[in-house]
Amino acid sequence: MTKNILIIGGGHNGLVCGAYLAKAGNKVTILEANDSVGGFLASHQFSDGYSVNGLAGVVHPLNPKIAKDLGIKAGGEPVDTISLGKDGRHLILGEDGVSGDKLSDKDKDAYRAFKKEFRNYAKALEPLTMNKPPRLKDMDTRDKFTLAKLGWKLRFGLGASSMREFLRVGGINIYDVLNEIIDDEQLKGAISFDAVLGHQMGPRTPTTVLTYLNRLRGETYGATSLAGANSAFEEAAAKAGVTIKTGAAVSKIVVENGKATGVVLEGGEEMNADIVVSNADAKTTFLDLVGAPELDAMFAKRISTTRTNGNVAKLHFALSALPNFNGLDADQLSNRLIVAPDMRYVEHAFNHSKYGEFSEKPILEITFPSLADISLAPEGHHVMAVSASFAPYNLKAGWDQNKSAFSHKVLSLIEDYAPGVSASVVADEILTPADIEQGFNVKGGHWHHGELTIDQSFMMRPIHGTAQYNTPIDGLFLCGAAAHPGGGVTGIPGHNAAERILSMKGGAS
Amino acid sequence: MKPNADYREILQHTPFHEKLAPLSQVQSWSPWNGYQVARTYDTLAAEYFAVRSSCSVFDMTPMEKYRIKGPDAIAFLNRMVTRDVSNLKPGRVTYVVWCNDEGKTLDDGTIFHLGKDGYRLCAAHHQLDWLMTSSIGFDVSIEKETHDVAALSVQGPTSCSVLLEAGFAGLEELKPFGIMNFTVQGVDVMVSRTGFTGDLGYEVWMDPDHAITIFDAIYDVKERGLYDIKPIGLDALEMVRIEAGFILPGDDFVTAETAVRNGRERSPFELGLGWAVSFDKPYFTGRRALEKEADEPIKRRLVKLAIEGNKTPHDSFLYDGKNGKRIGTIKVTIWSPILKQNLAVADIEYQNGKEPAEIWAEIYYQKELEWKSIWAKCEISEKPFWSPPRRSKTPPDRF
Repeated sequence: MTKNILIIGGGHNGLVCGAYLAKAGNKVTILEANDSVGGFLASHQFSDGYSVNGLAGVVHPLNPKIAKDLGIKAGGEPVDTISLGKDGRHLILGEDGVSGDKLSDKDKDAYRAFKKEFRNYAKALEPLTMNKPPRLKDMDTRDKFTLAKLGWKLRFGLGASSMREFLRVGGINIYDVLNEIIDDEQLKGAISFDAVLGHQMGPRTPTTVLTYLNRLRGETYGATSLAGANSAFEEAAAKAGVTIKTGAAVSKIVVENGKATGVVLEGGEEMNADIVVSNADAKTTFLDLVGAPELDAMFAKRISTTRTNGNVAKLHFALSALPNFNGLDADQLSNRLIVAPDMRYVEHAFNHSKYGEFSEKPILEITFPSLADISLAPEGHHVMAVSASFAPYNLKAGWDQNKSAFSHKVLSLIEDYAPGVSASVVADEILTPADIEQGFNVKGGHWHHGELTIDQSFMMRPIHGTAQYNTPIDGLFLCGAAAHPGGGVTGIPGHNAAERILSMKGGAS
Repeated sequence: MKPNADYREILQHTPFHEKLAPLSQVQSWSPWNGYQVARTYDTLAAEYFAVRSSCSVFDMTPMEKYRIKGPDAIAFLNRMVTRDVSNLKPGRVTYVVWCNDEGKTLDDGTIFHLGKDGYRLCAAHHQLDWLMTSSIGFDVSIEKETHDVAALSVQGPTSCSVLLEAGFAGLEELKPFGIMNFTVQGVDVMVSRTGFTGDLGYEVWMDPDHAITIFDAIYDVKERGLYDIKPIGLDALEMVRIEAGFILPGDDFVTAETAVRNGRERSPFELGLGWAVSFDKPYFTGRRALEKEADEPIKRRLVKLAIEGNKTPHDSFLYDGKNGKRIGTIKVTIWSPILKQNLAVADIEYQNGKEPAEIWAEIYYQKELEWKSIWAKCEISEKPFWSPPRRSKTPPDRF
């Protein structure tokens, strides 16, 4: 039977979920508060003539199954990660190998072996990814199958010695693991960067191995694939028959007798639905839109205590010319540049955030989107996009007075690697986590709609009791990064949510 | 709040202590919620009969009390408790029970509508955590006032007469579960017609600084030779509350907050408090779980049991027949002097949602250090064992 389905939030997961539900024959409407869909992927003009393709700097390739199902062409070229050294010594980290001046053969081999081993671990965890995370109580057949597959992959996919090693390192920190196998400090810094960026963690924080494995789900990043990513999702949804309404901010999810019956828009307009799907984060969905009075007290409390404070600021610089980085050719700038010279540096950067301060020396991810998409800047000019951490959501001194100080700090840090860059800046913008919260309706401005720590993952994401996309409210589902397996431009939460809605009693089955 | 008591005092004294301590003949004290309270003052039987035949006073100051105010106060309470309290009128009191998310009972208590002063929630156990947890999304203020309000329970057939003599003019018009305010000897004092005895009785609430004034005003009625008044302790209260059919969370069942083992916690249905659960109201914590449970046959019940014979069924196992299948245990039991019967609160299993056709207790007892056992037949009572007409008669009879 055709169901009337409303999806709150037109980020890519909402578009993916909507496309699947519409393809199954349902009447789907996506309600987006902003003027265009895409969420963190929506294009954004930050200064006259200068734009970026969204907040995300680089993306994983879209999951192949989702790409195929929805007819989305996985665009973009894989890019390398270049770890910048002040003295011009750069390391180039590819999918399988690493190169750089004075890098020992031992470290090169160790890196290759490390990547191979860790990719195997990530693969072993794959059964969890494309399925709803199994419940521990009252499992259905699918849950049992998922767990059996996971067990099989861990034991027989990895083999006894790899599985033992996985169990040893799975819960510990990336700092200890890297010190065991690699000597080069800059190489270790670069790897640990990927384990902590976007998380409230330093390399020495337990479970940073797990966050690193999460990054390995799809290794290759493509600044270039961002260009068309958003429109591809939007087109797929439109092609499937989804109606998209922009400028439609939802102020309330209407619940009657424990069942979601529709939404109220900010203008007061009421819209009825058989099923409401929320692509918003869990706090927004449950505490703001549903409201604690419609929920059990401890459920509301547990939602309210999930960790959702972001710590990455996004900076956009309009440049009159491409900067010169010490020791880098201009054509290397289409890669992903990072500043994380060693693990101690990264750990020190993190330390500040624990006390509500931004990093004295932040870690940076730098890309030049205008190299892939020349329409983003006037001819000859460029856009530099920087993700800078740590920039805690709750800055003790307050962001309003300190935004420019942090922006200045970031730029002068880049100046160390690319002398003269400051002189070419014609305009800039800084989006702190507080700004991201405002602009994208994401609590805490967190990349992943909540920390991707082990206590907020799998059957505990966002919390147990609503970890299988359905919620305590009948007819209300989650489809965004707040749900398993979390953030990143993967489309997987949207895909899994749609599967759940289509198969579950009380869903659209 | 009053400054903390001397740190060397492990148990605090209630504001009535200086008056009540000299009345203790046996120095039998017990801790209750951080206070020192009497188990008995002289003899249990005399205290028990004070409740049933004359007038008793019981110091209930240690009872947990919370003041809830703010625009969402009633919505907050209604979301917390299982009963519909949205229509609670100013000056009225209602009995309530509340559950965790899984629909298992956390505690029970009473809500007092104090008019413009908000609501008072009285509870057996500490509930501040749960109140704070439940307050997310509500515009309310919650204040613990356990130590800021002194309370004296005045219970028994002559309690109204005593209080009228003590200066509570007009009290006879107060209906059960009603609240009245008085000024006695210049002190503002609130009286509710509530209690834990199943008899005619009142609870008197006041500022601890004036507790002695009010106590003296009441006790003076005895000094003047008009009516007898006897202080009673926790032991007599235990007897009368079982006769009255009141359950005591923590004693009769394990509260959901304290339960460690799986299956020990109880839903209101399993406690026989289904009448205090309403599905005809907005959402409340535990509702989803309770609606599901209500659709299924009930698995067990806390029941009021009358047990034949005169042997005390302490901790007895219960069976569905003599030498039958074991179906439960007795939680608490007393010999009722007024009904001449063993009474108990028992937890028993129901088969297919049905009350067992027969319930037998196997009672072990001792005769001069030699143990014997007998079987005693038990009857479930859905009604309180003791509920005399005077409990609710308004105005009460004068003596």
